[in-house]
Parts: sequence; structure tokens; C-alpha cells
Amino acid sequence: MPFIANTDQQRSEMLREIGLSAEDLFADVPADLKCAPPNLPPGLSEQEVGALLRALSERNHTHLTSFLGGGLYDHYIPAAVGELIGRSEFYTAYTPYQPELSQGTLQAIYEFQSCICRLTNMEVSNASLYDGGTALYEAVTMSLRVTGRNRVIVDDTVSPIYRTILRSYTSNLGIELIETHGTEGVAGRAEIIKHMNDSTAAVVVQTPNFFGCIEDFTDLATIAHDRKALLVVSCYPIALGLIKTPGEMGADIVTGEGQSLGLPLSFGGPYLGFMATRMDYVRKMPGRIAGRTLDRLGRDGFVLTLQAREQHIRREKATSNICTNEGLCALTSLVYMSLLGKKGLQRLARLCADKAWYAQQKLLAIPGVRLHFPRHWYFNEFVLELPTHVDRVIRELLNHNISAGFPLVRYYPKMTNALLVAVTEKRTKEEIDFFAHVLENAL
Amino acid sequence: MIPENLKYTKDHEWIRVEGSVGVVGITDHAQEALGDVVFVDLPVSGKSVAQGEEACSIESSKAASSIYAPVSGTVKAANEELTADPSLVNSDPYGKGWVYTIEVSNPADLENLLSPQQYQELL
Amino acid sequence: MKLIFEKSVPGRRGLRLPDTGVPTQAEIRPDLLREKPAELPELSELDVARHFTALSRKNFGVDTGFYPLGSCTMKYNPKINERIAALSGFAELHPLLPQLSTGERLVQGALAVLYEMDQALRELCGMAAFTMQPLAGSHGELTGVMIMAAYHKDRGNEKTTILIPDSAHGTNPASAAIAGFGVKAVPSDANGVMDIDALKEMLDDSVAGLMLTCPNTLGLFNPHIAEICKLVHDVDGLMYYDGANLNAILGRVHPGDLGFDIVHLNLHKTFSTPHGGGGPGSGPVGVCERLREFLPISVVRQNRDGSYYLDYDRPKSIGYIAPFYGNFAIVLRAYAYILMLGREGVLRVSENAVLNANYIREKLKDLYDLPFDRVCKHECVFSASKQAEHGVHAIDIAKALIDRGFHPPTVYFPLIVPEAMMVEPTETESRETLDAFIAAMRDIAELVQSDPESFRECPKTAPVSRLDETRAARQPDVASLG
Repeated sequence: MPFIANTDQQRSEMLREIGLSAEDLFADVPADLKCAPPNLPPGLSEQEVGALLRALSERNHTHLTSFLGGGLYDHYIPAAVGELIGRSEFYTAYTPYQPELSQGTLQAIYEFQSCICRLTNMEVSNASLYDGGTALYEAVTMSLRVTGRNRVIVDDTVSPIYRTILRSYTSNLGIELIETHGTEGVAGRAEIIKHMNDSTAAVVVQTPNFFGCIEDFTDLATIAHDRKALLVVSCYPIALGLIKTPGEMGADIVTGEGQSLGLPLSFGGPYLGFMATRMDYVRKMPGRIAGRTLDRLGRDGFVLTLQAREQHIRREKATSNICTNEGLCALTSLVYMSLLGKKGLQRLARLCADKAWYAQQKLLAIPGVRLHFPRHWYFNEFVLELPTHVDRVIRELLNHNISAGFPLVRYYPKMTNALLVAVTEKRTKEEIDFFAHVLENAL
Repeated sequence: MIPENLKYTKDHEWIRVEGSVGVVGITDHAQEALGDVVFVDLPVSGKSVAQGEEACSIESSKAASSIYAPVSGTVKAANEELTADPSLVNSDPYGKGWVYTIEVSNPADLENLLSPQQYQELL
Repeated sequence: MKLIFEKSVPGRRGLRLPDTGVPTQAEIRPDLLREKPAELPELSELDVARHFTALSRKNFGVDTGFYPLGSCTMKYNPKINERIAALSGFAELHPLLPQLSTGERLVQGALAVLYEMDQALRELCGMAAFTMQPLAGSHGELTGVMIMAAYHKDRGNEKTTILIPDSAHGTNPASAAIAGFGVKAVPSDANGVMDIDALKEMLDDSVAGLMLTCPNTLGLFNPHIAEICKLVHDVDGLMYYDGANLNAILGRVHPGDLGFDIVHLNLHKTFSTPHGGGGPGSGPVGVCERLREFLPISVVRQNRDGSYYLDYDRPKSIGYIAPFYGNFAIVLRAYAYILMLGREGVLRVSENAVLNANYIREKLKDLYDLPFDRVCKHECVFSASKQAEHGVHAIDIAKALIDRGFHPPTVYFPLIVPEAMMVEPTETESRETLDAFIAAMRDIAELVQSDPESFRECPKTAPVSRLDETRAARQPDVASLG
């Protein structure tokens, strides 16, 4: 066993020295509660397990030219990201509860928090949450704590994947979750306003929304604030390289999925939930927070701070039950954002938008294909209305090794012919042209 | 340090009643146990509380604790100075470190509280 | 060390992006654009490499040295797992592919991993089925408590309370509260395990369930566990197994056989996936047969032809608790580890974890108070009460260990032991390492007698000395806004 250092001889010596036998170690477990040795196969060597799992990995179709997004995007990950976060001082460390031995992790969290604030134009951020969906749920419960109210209005232009999570978590609690309907691809403002009342804690919206439409929620912020409710905005961080930020709109809590910031798709995780808010609400925020302070010699240093919010101190009264978060993923995104830098993020966002714009023009030139929501502005994702059922088209394009996009009918039953197409900087003009060519033939 | 002119709770709050208004804080023992106070989540004025119910909470860097209402009533004012300087609770728990004032709704509640001697015995 | 923003030089860049290659520019209405670019740092690739290499050197991981952090199971993280997780066939796999028409055929390898991991965990825990969805241990707890709520709702039970031992980790009461339950703490008895008489008094029809670690946070196996399960089941309560301490009994005891109905595991503890400086984790939840129908959506199943599919048709399910199939790349690492351990390896894990803990316990108990002096499981809990009489507390001993090259144990937890120092060596540590740690602890105990004042300045060898946490919390500086 390569992962167990002690030899049989050392084990018997150790047992002898402490006056125990091997049986004594488990003598406190009543005999009738012990189980037979597990029915697992014999252990494999590293070489064998590597080969076995490589073979399984090859049964996954990752060679497709992907136009599939839906909140998770196929962005390029610079080589330096993996190399730097792969330093084992980072990834084999625990949560930084001993700050003197964790200044690397703690300063990185502080810098991550700073980057998230700068990206969203907010004042404070936490050290990460699990993913974009659970982060939105945490924002909803935070809005209840801040306002002392119990109604939350969520528009259906917010990711349906996130909304299913909100429904699971709130179904047994006294939270009134109201889903409003978007109009023409953007948040359904009239319906949101209709449901606003004095028990409304938050209005929850997303930009770019699930259909890829860029939204400005400045009006909703005013409406929410007039009723002393909060505006919660979920966003796509790469888009914020270009588009108006939730902070500029007057949002109170901002969350999002940070996968696009240097994390692989990995079939659903680990990802990176982020959350930012106003300083006024920092003590109601869930999750860990790193803060800058001084050591006893007056030098700068970092600690986990405002810990009285957390489960290890407040137990059942904590702001959240979260303990382990996505520390290494936050570090990943920090390295990624540091490599891109101010201009790089802007240029990357522009690159995505330009390529998506080109794809849109190219695909709309196909007879019978139009935009499902024509009068809007898109970032890197848009909804095509096809002349035939979307599933047929997706199957046909898979035969040409193209993953054409997401069939919105899965979550919006009336949208049977709607295809959500995402374009990142990884897609080339040739790939887009080929996509258009194959799609035209498929229709 | 247990001033003679106050009434106490077993949860380590003190109250000083002048007319129908009581001033509430936490005891010297409580601030000592909490350690350096970093934040007091002050109650909003107008909040009505029953005797023994949580009125607000207080945090140190390693602990969080509730401050209960010694008597039933309505919160009149909170000590806004604690927002800027929560350490007043540590340095002057019976003076500048007071937490809130309460309009006493039922003066009979005072009879359930501990005298300085009884509180001393509790410790 | 300077913040990364302070190293920024306008115009510098760390990554060259390709030219667009497309002839058009996107049109976006100007008022929908952000006013000013985000002030991210501007650095060369070398600047970035140096910054993060320098930060890494201010960190301490399992690869740096002994990390006996009680209850956290800081075992070695095999490197092959990182390589497997990075295979493009896994790393580049989009989680929405199975939702495409006929999309399940595109992800058969990944579904096989999830399916086989479920089978392996069933075998190791004696449960009927597992979900891989929960994204960390406390997320698993929440999932488990939501399953409890769904079960009681389905039975028409009016349940309001969850019982939790006073030695429990804070996530237990927090998870129960978030799922809408009230929490009551059950005291421990003189032997350091749950007080059965107190439990009997607390049990009534309002009790939804009891959450327990076994062995408990003192590292002690409760010999009355079967009776406890029966008592809770008698009021139609459910038994919840917090798998934080599974490493102690791996391959030797099935939580399911003990009578537990719901189990969560921490793959980042028992199954060797890296802790990552605070995640990502993974917290699979297993249930007994009668709770299967409440597991989250979706569930991986196998067709007759051996292929796999996702079952979304689960009317009694608690729904989605995470977007997809859990932290897949973490589950994958843990699966690789289980394959490497095999049937004989899992037994070696628990045997060596328990032996190492008892070795430390015996070799230090003459100098440090051991509140519960009996054979422990994977960890032992000392109290620094003797040292505290000289003014040296658990935290001071922790900082003195830093100066001797060790990560400190968990201190001040569990809460029921004053001045607690909770030592969990794990099975991957060698006798030589344990001996060095024991020598350091003995050295410290001597120094407490001879020079208690010297502890005030510890640690002296770390990048910083003790930090002012009060200042950090009173005047929060939590971001550099630029």
C-alpha cells in the first residue's frame, strides 16, 4: 500500500510499545456490529487505475465542436492556471483556521474578494460558495435576513436550473417564492411590480439572462428600493468585461457562476459560486470572509474575519451551514483574472461578443431561421427559432460532431423549436461557418 | 464589579429603571466572558419584546451571544455609539457601554429579576 | 507581501488572446456597457507566476508536513488522482450534454463513474443507494435533513425537532435549522459518549431524527449505538450518520448495519481528495431502502444492455439540491482512490488510522490531560488544562508547534472539553513522523514548566506572528476596491 507508510514490523513494534494487540484497536465495537470485509475488487496499481479511467474518459464525447452554454462555457484555460494552482502548498492545505500557516491562502482569498468586487462594482465579497445555483439560494435567504420579510420574486428569465434549486430548498420553509414570466426575452417587469408588496424581500433577476439577453436593471433597483426590498442579480463574470455591472445598476446582492473564470467544465463541478454585496449587509452575508489586519509586530497579515456569522460559532443561528467552500476554485479564478488583467478581460469579452455576433449573422442568413427574441442585445449567447423541432436538429448536428446548443424546450415547454447557441473565444470562424453550413443542410 | 443600583438577569443583562424607562446593558462578567466585543447588532426602536426574549445580539471575534430583554416592553433607543466603538461594552459595561433603552410595559416584571446580591451568588 | 494589485503596471499583460478572425464587430447599445473596465491587475505571466509561487510558500499543506488536524482527516492526496481529473475526456465534458436528445450516449464514461461510485459506497456503508450531488459535507447534511423532512411529510408526521449531541460540529445544528427544524443538544455522559438516559428523556413524537458522528468527535466509539438507533426509531425518528469520522471504521463497520438511515460522507476526508485550502469538497448522501424515493434528482441507472441513463422521473424526490451530478471531478478522484485501495486496502486504512491515533494517545497522556482515557479510534482529544495552570493555553501550544514544523491539531473543539487539542494523525503518516511530533509535544510540555512566558511570542518562524483578529472584525478591511 503506497499510501500507508508503516511496515508490518513497525506496526507490531508500535502495538507492543503501547501495550495493545491489533484486536484491541477495535475491541470497543460490539462483535455483532462488525461487518464482513467489503466486497470490493482487489486494489489496483496506479498504472492500472490510470489506464482504466482513461478508457472510461474516452467514452465521453469531448471532441464535439461545442456551441452549448446555458450558464457553463467552454473558455480557454491558460497553461499557467493549472501549473500555479497545482502547487501542493495550496491544494493540500485545509481551511485557513491557523492564519500564521495560511497567509498564502488568506491573501489569495482577499485578492479574490477584491477582484469580484472590482468585477461587479460591489463593496464586499465572500471567499466563495459552491456554485452559481446554490449561491443564488444563499442570496435569497440573505435577503430574508436583511429585510425580515418572506416573499421573493424570481423571474423566469433567470436560469431554470437555478430556479429548480430555489424551489427544492424553499419548499418546506415559510418562504413565498413567486415566479414571474419574462416578456419577449427579458425580465417581466409589469408582473414583478404587480407582485411587489410590503413583505417582499427581494427581486431576483439575471444578466445576461438565460436567453443571453443583456439587461439593465436600474429601473428594478429603484422599484425594489422604493418598497425597501433588495435587488438580487445573478451574472456571468466574463460578460462583465463588457456589459453594465450589477453594481452600476444599484443591485444589493450579486451572485454568479465563476466556472468561466478558468475552471474546466468537468461534467458539473467543482465550480465556483461567488457573492458580493454592500458593506452595510456584510454581517448578514453567508460564507467565509478574509480580512486584512496587523500582527503583533505591526506587519500586514490576513485572517478569516466576521466569523460570528458562521456555523462553527453561531451553530443553529448561523447565516448559513456552509463550511467547506470552493477555495481552490476561487484561487483558480484569481490566477485566471490576474493573467487576463484589466485589458485582457475587456478584450476577451469583446472577442466572445464579436464571434457570437458573427455566428448570429451567419445563422440568421439560413432560410427559415430567425431570432426567437429579435429586439434585444446579446452578449455571447442567443436563441434561434428553427423551422423544425429542436431535438431533430440537435441529433442531426451531433452526427457532424457539432454540439449545436441547448434545447430550451427542456425547461420552457412552448419553445419547441428554440435553440440556445453559445459562442466563446475558442470557436473559430471556420467552425462557425461549418456549423452554419451543416445547420442549413439539416433543415 | 456588580453595581448596587441595578437589577440583573441570570443571562447576565443589567437594567436600570428611571420612571417607565429602563436602560439595558450586559454585565462586567458577560463582557469578560465574551472577550473583545467587535459588533453589537442593535435593536430597532419600536421593536416590542417580551421578558426573556432576544432583543438583539452581540459578537466578539470568537463568539456570538443573544442579549435578552430583562422586562417586557418596547425598545425606545439604541446606543448608536456602539456602532463606531463596540469596545465601550468592554471598557465601560455599566456606563457608556449601555445597549438600549426600553419602555417598560409591565413594572411587575422587575420583581422577577435578580438583586445585586442574588446575581453575585449566581456567579 | 504586496497585494497583486500593487504590482500592476498599466499596459502589461499576462496572456495573449487570439485575433477574432471574424469580419464583424458586435453591436451592443452603449448604455448597456460598463462605464470603466474592471481594475484587474496588469501583470506579465512571470509576474503572476512569481506572485502565486510566493503566496504558496506562505502556506502549509499535507505535502509540507504533518497536519494532525482533528476531525479533518488530512491524509495524503495521491497525485494520480489529479492527473485523472485532468483527462480531457472528463475535464472538458459539458454537464448539459445528457439533456440533449439522445445525449446520454455522449457521457457514458462519466455516468459509469457515478454509477460505480454509488455501488462502492453502498458496499462500504451498507446503505441502499447514494446520491453524489451534495457539494460538500455540510451540503450533504442539509440534503440528508431535507430527506428526513420529506419522509416525515410523506408519512403525515408532525416533526419539529432534531437532536444533536453536545459534542457535534457546528454544521449539524446549522443544517438542521436551515431545513426548518428546531435543534436540541443531547449531553454526553461521563464516558464521553451520548448520555442514553438524557436521550430517553428528550425523545418524543416531535423528534424527526438524531444526527451523530460515530465514532464521535472525541474519537470514541459508542458501544450503545444500536440501542440509540432503536430508541429513535421507536418514535419514528430517523438516524443520521455524519460521516466526518468514517475513516476510523472503514471496511469494519457499516453505518447501515448500526441502524443509521441516512449517511453523508466527506470524500475530501475519508477518500483522499485534496482539501484545497477550504474546498472543493464532496458530500455524497446514502440512504436506507425506505428513503430511496426521496433522493435528489437525477439518479444514474443502468439499462439491460449495460449502458447508463439518468432518471429524472422521481415524484417524491426532494428535487435538485445542486445543478447537476455533484462535484464530479472530486467524485472521480475518490473513485480512483477506492479502486487503488481495493478490498484489502480499506481495512489497512482504518487499522493504521486507529493505531496511529492510539500511539500518540499513549505516548503523550502522561504529560497532557486525557479526559477520556480509553482506546480511541482515529483521533484522540487531549486537554491543555495542566498547562493552562501555568498560563499556557491550547492556542499557545498550537503556535509553539508551528515553530517546530508541525501544523497544530484542532484546538477548542469539541466544545465539551476545556482547552481541547484534537489530534488526528491519519493512516498515511509514518512512525518516524509520529515520533517527531510526540517529541515536539513533550518538549513543549517541558517548556511550559521552565519558561511559560516564552509562548507569548510563538510563532516566531511563520511569515507572520499572531494576528489581531479583534481589529479585523471591528474595522473590516475585506477588499481592495482600487
